[in-house]
Amino acid sequence: MSLQGLETAQQRDRARTIFEKSKPGRRAFVGPALDLEPRPLDDLIPAHLRRAQPARLPEIAEPEIVRHYNRLSKRNFDLDTGFYPLGSCTMKHNPKLHERVAGLPGNARLHPLQAPAQAQGALELMFNLQEALGEIAGLAHVSLQPSAGSHGELAGVLLTRAYHEDRGEHRTKILTPDTAHGTNPATVTMAGYEVVKVATNSDGGVDIDDLRSKADEQVACLMLTNPSTLGLFEVNIAEIAEIVHGVGGTLYYDGANLNAIVGISRPGDMGFDIVHYNLHKTFTQPHGGGGPGSGPIAVCDALEPYLPRPQIVARESAGGGGTIFDLDYDRPKSIGRLRGFQGNYGVFVRAYAYICSLGAAGLLEMSQTAVLNANYLLALLKREGVAEYLPVAHDQLCMHEFVLCGTPMKRDLGIRTLDLAKRLLDHGVHPPTVYFPLLVDEAVLIEPTETETKETLDDFAAIVADVLREAGEDPSVALNAPYTTPVRRLDEAGAAKRPVIRQAM
Amino acid sequence: MADASYPDDLLYHHEHDWARIDGDVATCGITWFAQEALGEIVFYEPPQVGTTIVQDQPYAEVESVKAVSDVIAPLSGEIIESNTALADSPEAINDDPYGAGWLIKVRLSDQSERDSLLDAAAYSATLE
Repeated sequence: MSLQGLETAQQRDRARTIFEKSKPGRRAFVGPALDLEPRPLDDLIPAHLRRAQPARLPEIAEPEIVRHYNRLSKRNFDLDTGFYPLGSCTMKHNPKLHERVAGLPGNARLHPLQAPAQAQGALELMFNLQEALGEIAGLAHVSLQPSAGSHGELAGVLLTRAYHEDRGEHRTKILTPDTAHGTNPATVTMAGYEVVKVATNSDGGVDIDDLRSKADEQVACLMLTNPSTLGLFEVNIAEIAEIVHGVGGTLYYDGANLNAIVGISRPGDMGFDIVHYNLHKTFTQPHGGGGPGSGPIAVCDALEPYLPRPQIVARESAGGGGTIFDLDYDRPKSIGRLRGFQGNYGVFVRAYAYICSLGAAGLLEMSQTAVLNANYLLALLKREGVAEYLPVAHDQLCMHEFVLCGTPMKRDLGIRTLDLAKRLLDHGVHPPTVYFPLLVDEAVLIEPTETETKETLDDFAAIVADVLREAGEDPSVALNAPYTTPVRRLDEAGAAKRPVIRQAM
Repeated sequence: MADASYPDDLLYHHEHDWARIDGDVATCGITWFAQEALGEIVFYEPPQVGTTIVQDQPYAEVESVKAVSDVIAPLSGEIIESNTALADSPEAINDDPYGAGWLIKVRLSDQSERDSLLDAAAYSATLE
């Protein structure tokens, strides 16, 4: 089979920007003739505030604009198009109801500088969301400010530092497991601490002996995900918490994998002091290029005084008129503001809508189904014979995701994990996360999420088995994939070394 | 370099680094296995001449299309030469890891450290 010479219409249609399509004098819309007395421009806008040259805007007819953006949208792969098992990213369906609620004028058109007295509804929503998140994590004090998971991490580490320094301690090190998300060591470095890596044991958990040997009075914090990046529940978490607390450090929970445990277990009950949530993962939000994230944090009582400023507070009105919500700036020990305004409000609306729609029972079922789907898919892949070339890295019951190791596939079939990923694109599937976590060779990290049907999971397993069978017959098919996408195999090294970051207009 | 190769005249560190010792100077780089595992290398910042490096500790980073990884010092000493050409053409580390892709030359501070390194056969055995 040779698909080499084939080119789709989309591939032939060279990418052109809206500026390249511009023709002088074309208009998408022409306003009606002015029926008022014209006023001199100087009266409306003083000359010194006006631009010297007109803005360089594209001049295009409306049908061409519509086609341009429609065409671009079709070049994208998104969750509304197909299966997206991108491990650790929790690409679950985003209910369309949330868009309707977020688009209500009271939500969408509220000005971020509106006085609290005139934004009571929004503040109440944020306060209620904080209460719900605090309950889910088992840690009562929440700040919604951080704008992403990594931002939440930074907030958490800065809180840790404020906590230690307030007690007159200047600790220098933060521990992270060698399976950690890359943002963990990056956050630690950015906050001025030294990263100390803790080894992983043969079961995929934290190596307790290694942790003991590295936990000393210089350790400010241990950052951990549970379940881990290998998709495994950290069964020694109580002992880990005891070791870290024993040397006076804090325990930080990276919420990247929270989708596996909501309603089942709570980080606060496991001994964690700080948690960040990825609202865009666990609580739905078009993300990964589809929209902004949000990374609220929750902390235990001891860390509460250091939370970012302002905090949203509720109090009974003096006249007995019910609850009044406000912003509290009077927090002398606070680490301060982490961003302008109060956070990514649209994400809060969607997350709150999700929590209210599902309720406690629904959220529990969400996590149970996420874990069930991952274990079903893992079992199915084994049954389809995939395990011979892509064995699971740690053969035990997984949580919401699992890691396969592509070493036998590379050795016996002559294709790498990257080639498998590219060939999946031709089958209309977004590839799983590849080459992460780093300690698994040729890693494939698969997270199906709870919103996929059994049929979709069955199809995916069959597709992976198909790609492997095809590679057994002719590895060049996968080596040269993809064939059906808007662009073919990209020069990733060239893109990193010689990026084209400016477009002539 | 398409096929695995571990020259006999080099000594190897288990973190996939090599050293070619000539008197009290060692030339160091990463092994064929390391560059193969990393994939195409897109960025390398040569360390400054005069920097002191310590055996088993990182002294530089290489960035590939997959990940950023520490480069571990196989021996201790002071950097007396750094392969600055790699800043513009890091692909030399993939193409010729034992030749044009060398990273640093070090004046050794402790000759006895070489005893902790592996020969080609012993290093190859760790990769099985």
